[in-house]
Amino acid sequence: MYNFTFHRPTTVRQAAGLLARNPDGKLLAGGHSLLPVMKQRLAQPSAIVDLSLVEGITGVELKGRSVSIGAMTRHADVANSPVLKEVMPGLAAVPGSIGDPQVRNRGTIGGSIANNDPNADYPAACLGLGATIITNKRRIAADDFFQGMFTTALEEGEIIVRISFPVAKKAAYEKFKHPASGFALVGVFVSKRGPDIRVAVTGAGANGVFRVPTFEEALKKRFAAKSIEGLTIPASGMNADIHASPEYRAHLVGVLAKRALNKANA
Amino acid sequence: MAAVSMTVNGKAVTGDVEPRTLLVQFLRENLRLTGTHVGCDTSQCGACIIHLDGIAAKACTTLALQCEGSSITTIEGLAEPGGALHPMQEAFREHHGLQCGYCTPGMIMSALDIVRRNGNDLDEHLIRDQLDGNICRCTGYHNIVKAIESGAKNMAAK
Amino acid sequence: MSATGIGAPVRRKEDFRFITGQGQYTDDVTRPGETRAVFVRSPHAHAKIKSIDVAAAKAMPGVIDVLTGAQLATDKIGNLICGWMIHSKDGTPMKMSAHPALAATKVNCVGDAVAVVIAESVALGKDAAEAVVVDYEVLPAVVDPAKAQASGAPQIHADIADNTIYQWHLGEKKDVDAAFAAAKHVTKLDIINNRLVPNAMEPRAALADYDAGTDNLTLWNTSQNPHVARLVISAFVGMAPEHKLRVIAPDVGGGFGSKIFIYPEEVVCLWASRKVKRPVKWTSDRSEAFLTDAHGRDHVTHAELALDANGKILALRAKTIANLGAYMSTFSSSVPTYLYATLLSGQYNIPSIYCEVDAVYTNTAPVDAYRGAGRPEATFVVERLVEVAAREMQIDPADLRRRNFITAFPHQTPVIMAYDGGDYNASLKKAMDMADVKGFPKRKRDAARNGKLRGLGYSTYIEACGIAPSQAVGSLGAGVGLWESAEVRVNPTGSVEVLTGSHAHGQGHETTFAQLVSERLGIPIENVSIVHGDTDKVQFGMGTYGSRSGAVGMSAIVKALDKIEIKAKKVAAFMMEAAEGDIEFKDGKFTVAGTDKSAAFGDVALNAYIAHKFTGAELEPGLKETSFYDPTNFTFPAGCHICEIEIDTETGKTEIINWTAVDDFGTIINPMIVEGQVHGGIAQGVGQALMEGAYYDAAGQLVTGSMMDYSMPRAHDFPSFHVGMTETKSPSNPLGMKGCGEAGAIASPAAVINAITDAIGTEAIAMPATANAVWTALQKLQAPKAA
Repeated sequence: MYNFTFHRPTTVRQAAGLLARNPDGKLLAGGHSLLPVMKQRLAQPSAIVDLSLVEGITGVELKGRSVSIGAMTRHADVANSPVLKEVMPGLAAVPGSIGDPQVRNRGTIGGSIANNDPNADYPAACLGLGATIITNKRRIAADDFFQGMFTTALEEGEIIVRISFPVAKKAAYEKFKHPASGFALVGVFVSKRGPDIRVAVTGAGANGVFRVPTFEEALKKRFAAKSIEGLTIPASGMNADIHASPEYRAHLVGVLAKRALNKANA
Repeated sequence: MAAVSMTVNGKAVTGDVEPRTLLVQFLRENLRLTGTHVGCDTSQCGACIIHLDGIAAKACTTLALQCEGSSITTIEGLAEPGGALHPMQEAFREHHGLQCGYCTPGMIMSALDIVRRNGNDLDEHLIRDQLDGNICRCTGYHNIVKAIESGAKNMAAK
Repeated sequence: MSATGIGAPVRRKEDFRFITGQGQYTDDVTRPGETRAVFVRSPHAHAKIKSIDVAAAKAMPGVIDVLTGAQLATDKIGNLICGWMIHSKDGTPMKMSAHPALAATKVNCVGDAVAVVIAESVALGKDAAEAVVVDYEVLPAVVDPAKAQASGAPQIHADIADNTIYQWHLGEKKDVDAAFAAAKHVTKLDIINNRLVPNAMEPRAALADYDAGTDNLTLWNTSQNPHVARLVISAFVGMAPEHKLRVIAPDVGGGFGSKIFIYPEEVVCLWASRKVKRPVKWTSDRSEAFLTDAHGRDHVTHAELALDANGKILALRAKTIANLGAYMSTFSSSVPTYLYATLLSGQYNIPSIYCEVDAVYTNTAPVDAYRGAGRPEATFVVERLVEVAAREMQIDPADLRRRNFITAFPHQTPVIMAYDGGDYNASLKKAMDMADVKGFPKRKRDAARNGKLRGLGYSTYIEACGIAPSQAVGSLGAGVGLWESAEVRVNPTGSVEVLTGSHAHGQGHETTFAQLVSERLGIPIENVSIVHGDTDKVQFGMGTYGSRSGAVGMSAIVKALDKIEIKAKKVAAFMMEAAEGDIEFKDGKFTVAGTDKSAAFGDVALNAYIAHKFTGAELEPGLKETSFYDPTNFTFPAGCHICEIEIDTETGKTEIINWTAVDDFGTIINPMIVEGQVHGGIAQGVGQALMEGAYYDAAGQLVTGSMMDYSMPRAHDFPSFHVGMTETKSPSNPLGMKGCGEAGAIASPAAVINAITDAIGTEAIAMPATANAVWTALQKLQAPKAA
């Protein structure tokens, strides 16, 4: 990798100040997206601002009818959070499926969401639950946050502090793992919170995570796999690579959505 | 260059490194602890797994500077100072859980993390699932799985 | 059987250093003043090099020198070579183009090295490598071997028309055509044997150290055959005379063929070390490994099988195009010819076989031997043909095999090989019992009730191992003999060192070879060390590949031990004042027949060295013997693998439910190690069948250039395997061994694909049978037939 200066702030304010002084700098959370890219010399940040000592941005808390997760909470800690497993096991399953145990030991929710890899798992959960991404500057609805692959609503110098997930009575994630990378070849998150029904898909779309309005509409009658029987999504706009054709990805969206619905209703 | 200090296998160590130095480079090149290996450059293979503050991590995807003040255990730190092998090391030998030996340190460090997270009574399915971050090209995993199952049991007996 | 002798599952002597992190792999070795080499590699698959400007790179911090192919040529460093001559049908020799270690005028694949930076660290070297300015004129590339032969295709090497290296054949075409004309049934298949990346977990590495005081060069490298590396680098590359070059292959982290070959990087490190007068180390990144390690397989084949009405095979014919990549790697020419077509008879009595093979250059990484090398490709052709023929003729696939098994030995096939022994019915029967084939129909029905498709596939494979009689391989074009050497040194205290020309990189020779010595000399296994991998210590040897170290390498040790016994008996005779003919040796003790006189092995060893009991005129002091063993035939391991799979029809994902392997490896020294070899081979074969594949796009870019894209099998991709053995001894070597290193990789791909096609009911599925591929095949079956 290219060389850089290394900084370890202890507050969000300090971190923001460091970013302001280093316009080509990058935040380092768990490092499991950024460091591999830097090792391949595909990114050349002038400064690395390591968030691991920043106080107050870790942990999983139940706040009223929402679960609030600190941006620097590691995947393993979210997956194993007793409170989350109790109120919304469907969300806990998402970090539990990311990468491998060592990646889950280091990777963080904030890092994953900020990166918005088109095959990452967390974006599906955020969009599939209508989460709110809370930064040092504002609150951003998930529907506005994810703006295409590796692109988000984050502005320069903006730091994700927490993510707030409304607790849904029914929620589940179903993932077909990419056989090499462990990312989602296709992943589908479904949820039902009162009248709000969401189906969010990662891995499949050429433009990153997306919702499936036709499925959501059909599920309004009854939140069950049967309701989307026979519904398909078009292959156009799906990713194409050696591991999966657009047709196959489109097909998997339907299969995984049904499996997720069965899981959510179980 | 930047100063870094940490505890490695119970000993305090310091170094002066370029910020871009990975933990695995610091261990192998600065400390000459060459048991931690590099098998890929995309965080897939797990040959570099060490314990960072007691938790398994890939040393190829961690900067040395991120470990300032941390405690690291490598494969070299497992056996007792007198030379008695850790039960998990012993199990890999007993069950022929290694051939070329290159992935082995990472496998053993990963196995101990599986025990930390899941206890000493492990079934085959869980072990195979939890070895997702370790690649071996020699053994077909058959004997690695057996070694971990047995090593975990022996750790409890100890 | 003793606890440490032949047949005992002795725990490995080498393991302690590996499980404690004390293995010494090439990258772990350091030399004072060591520098690091970083290669500047072509981003283009095919381009002319118009100019290279290294000035800016040379001025970068920590850079010692930047060297190019032009300097390599000036220094008269020779080209890399392919050491096996193949002649085309028309008698012309194969067309081998120049392969310089650094390209000077033209690059022919992505990753071709054009310059090297020698720097104080890898990071500084990489910084500088980016500053080397190479002006390329990009040319159209060709990656598909059939397209490479077509007229108008880009010409990769100016001296080679149609990019065709050879057009070879084996067998009698006339006989085969006549048999096909008379056949009741003909089965036809189009087969792609997918390109694989070996991916030994230790990436290749080289450390070269030039000693100006003695003019000696030392090379540590990741080699399966250090002596062959030294020979090629001396005799062909011309780096240094053989006696001034020492090659050390220390602990090597897996090879699977990919570390047999002589690569550009080690040549460049040696050359650079002499130029900068400091040690030079290069360690491959995994990304570099994907681009530059020799790949495996990559055959496109049309094959046909002719049968009579009773399912008796009459003839087999195959036409194969083999992609050898941009350059001919060290043994590449032999893989799709004499290691492939000679095995097309399988376990069957096939009267006539004809095979044509075109070997072709493309703008891709070189292709050479990978675990099994030619034999997996042959087994896949034969075992797919047989399975499909059985289905087409509605004969049980096990039964069709039985009707055609060779049962009388020796058996001369129509494709060179003379099988010397085996019992194919025995391994098939045992495997069917272990796999509970009888219970399969019920399991299939049960699976169907859960919406899953079950399938069962056989592979009754054979391979030719223990390569090989030197005269035989010489007549087939090999540039070297394929004997093996051993030196047994008995020390005055009775401990023993065995120096072997074999090399272990995971196979456990330090244990199995010691078991042999322990049993034969009756000494504790702790008193035996195996020395290998250092040309300064070990007499010339041929290294480890082709499952040869047991059958050939250990046979050499047996021959040396025979000589040790003869010499030791002479010493014992002087010690005990008896006639040499009366000395008997058993369980580590020398006795005089008919008396109670005895001498322990250690006492005889001491007496051999103190030489107090005999004069120099009567007997030479010392106890050390050498043997060079040349086998009399190949060995023919064979067996039966049965794979049972289940397919999720919604996703197309295949799960391996049960794997049964029954192999006949002849005599087994250490069953624990042998089973481990089988497990690993199966995993690589299953990887090929279900997951692995190297793909280039039309421009010649490697799409699967990292483990993020190239699917490496992991623990959760397999169940535990059921491994059983049958035993017929090989008559071709003193221990009766056949070799076990490649069987799993040879047998398994066909078993997997036979199981999948059994489950889904169509033969139209290629490797790797990914979930997407299986789903697509199922969709095609369900779609209404187009008008």
